[in-house]
Amino acid sequence: MPSKTTTAPDRSKGNAGWGLKAAAWFGVLYLNLPILFIVLYGFTTDEASYSFPPPGLTTEWFAVTWSRQDFWDALALSVQVAFAAMAIAMVLGTLAAAAMYRFKFFGKEAVTLLILLPIALPGIVTGISLRSAFAIGDIPFSYITIVLGHATFCIVVVYNNAIARLRRSSPALIEASMDLGADTFQTFRHVILPNLATALLAGGMLAFALSFDEIIVTTFTAGQQETLPIWMFRQLARPHQRPVTNVAAIIVMIITFAPILAAYYLTRDTDDVAGSGK
Amino acid sequence: MGRISNDPPQFYINVTDLIMNSTTAAVSFNQVSRHFGAVKAVDAVSFDIKDGEFFAMLGPSGSGKTTCLRLIAGFEQPTEGHVLVHGADMNGVPPYDRDVNTVFQDYALFPHMSVLDNVAYGLMIRKVPAAERRRQAEEMLDMVALGGFGGRKPSQLSGGQRQRVALARALVNHPKVLLLDEPLGALDLKLREQMQVELKAIQRRVGITFVYVTHDQGEALSMSDRVAVFNQGKIEQLASPTELYENPATSFVAGFVGISNLLEGAAAKAVTGTEGACSIRPEKIHLDSAGSSVPANAMGVAGRVSAILYLGANTRYDVALPGGGELTVAVQNRDAHIEPKEGEDVQLWWEARHLMRFAR
Repeated sequence: MPSKTTTAPDRSKGNAGWGLKAAAWFGVLYLNLPILFIVLYGFTTDEASYSFPPPGLTTEWFAVTWSRQDFWDALALSVQVAFAAMAIAMVLGTLAAAAMYRFKFFGKEAVTLLILLPIALPGIVTGISLRSAFAIGDIPFSYITIVLGHATFCIVVVYNNAIARLRRSSPALIEASMDLGADTFQTFRHVILPNLATALLAGGMLAFALSFDEIIVTTFTAGQQETLPIWMFRQLARPHQRPVTNVAAIIVMIITFAPILAAYYLTRDTDDVAGSGK
Repeated sequence: MGRISNDPPQFYINVTDLIMNSTTAAVSFNQVSRHFGAVKAVDAVSFDIKDGEFFAMLGPSGSGKTTCLRLIAGFEQPTEGHVLVHGADMNGVPPYDRDVNTVFQDYALFPHMSVLDNVAYGLMIRKVPAAERRRQAEEMLDMVALGGFGGRKPSQLSGGQRQRVALARALVNHPKVLLLDEPLGALDLKLREQMQVELKAIQRRVGITFVYVTHDQGEALSMSDRVAVFNQGKIEQLASPTELYENPATSFVAGFVGISNLLEGAAAKAVTGTEGACSIRPEKIHLDSAGSSVPANAMGVAGRVSAILYLGANTRYDVALPGGGELTVAVQNRDAHIEPKEGEDVQLWWEARHLMRFAR
């Protein structure tokens, strides 16, 4: 969270020097000023170009966006894909974390690397490799292929959150539960799951946010479908109704910011939200 | 623990009767081995733990005592042999189907549950109605002097309080056997001594068999009815604390339980006339000025003081022997006694019965 360095200085620890303050504010502006411009141009009266200052301000683009069926289709597809990718990631990521935590086996480090790889690889590499894999398998590009593409990197954030929490819990907890009469299922339900719950929820929300604004992998794994980011990208190339893109961007920001914020608050007292940096 | 002192004295006699008259052992090890690869953590061990007794398993780390505890709990299965709990063979029985409960070394309290829910966990699993399990859990918290702490989270308790919660969480299920895995290890000295007294009192009160694993010989001696001393996967000696201290069966036990002067080879021969290993407790040795006579029926040796350590209640003298070797003598600072300086010659003597000889 880059904003952490810029929160009000803790008076009990003394004041930061003015140089540090200036640098911090520069960092904040550098990161966030462009975003403010995106919001600003969502209200401009200039349809074809982004001139500064805007010739006038209007809210008509919200109405225009509202009436555009292609916008609604793209938004609906993105939400569906994000939920599906999140669901797959939560199941597989949790299982992978449980297995990696519980068992020692030959090649464990290599498998860990393989699980983490999709988030480290450039999206274009993941995208191209998935595209050729789907082509070899003769799988038609569809909603399913988009979900599969997103799931590759969504699994990582769930896995990271789950395994961080597991590593911090005492293995004696499971033994204690069994010692007190709980079988495997009861132990999972009453001890493991409640301990993992916030980490899983945080991981799932990050996965949702990652999937929702993904464009590179989607470009290679989508057929005729347009997710919201792709729709926005194509929208920019058109000469008229440009501010509609900005309105969509504002909506994307709101939809992705809420789960990331929630994930941060869910896990800040326990451990770092692994993967929140992406 | 006010209620304990109010109990009629017969209560204690009943417990003793129970120990003496019981026919089935609470826990029985029958030629039990547990191997981890080539490591024989437990090696063909056989012993019985009587019903209602406070039984300690004492030994250095890696001696097999904790593995034995885990074999009783069911977290380990024997490679060979059988573990019996109240006569029933436990081989293949998972931990949750055993009528034993454990107090873990790091307490293993569930961090997401309140103290009360922690204590009531076993009852909840056994589907005891909510009101009833709440009543029983609160009663148990009262017994460990934590009444009113039920609403807190384990993270809000001190180490000693967590330890009591762990004890209450196990005892509320009224197990046939309670297993304690170095439960006082994480506490400071003062609290540890206080908890030793309380644990012993609680055990007498509930009458449940306690199996207590520790590497602290002081703990084992102060609380237990009997102690099994473990070394390298085997039991060196199983005896009462007094027997263990006064009559150690092996040189390992003599060295591990209490402080001991172990003499071997030439040093032993110079003192006893034979080369076999022998040992004598520092407090059994009398310290006299050089040249004084040794009483009849006692054994003596002359030596020279090489180090003096004043310890308050007693003073420790290291005395070098002419035949090689060294004897540590502990002198109570109660009555007047000679106070030799470093380098002075002294005469040592002890009653012959206090000299312990070992085959190994």
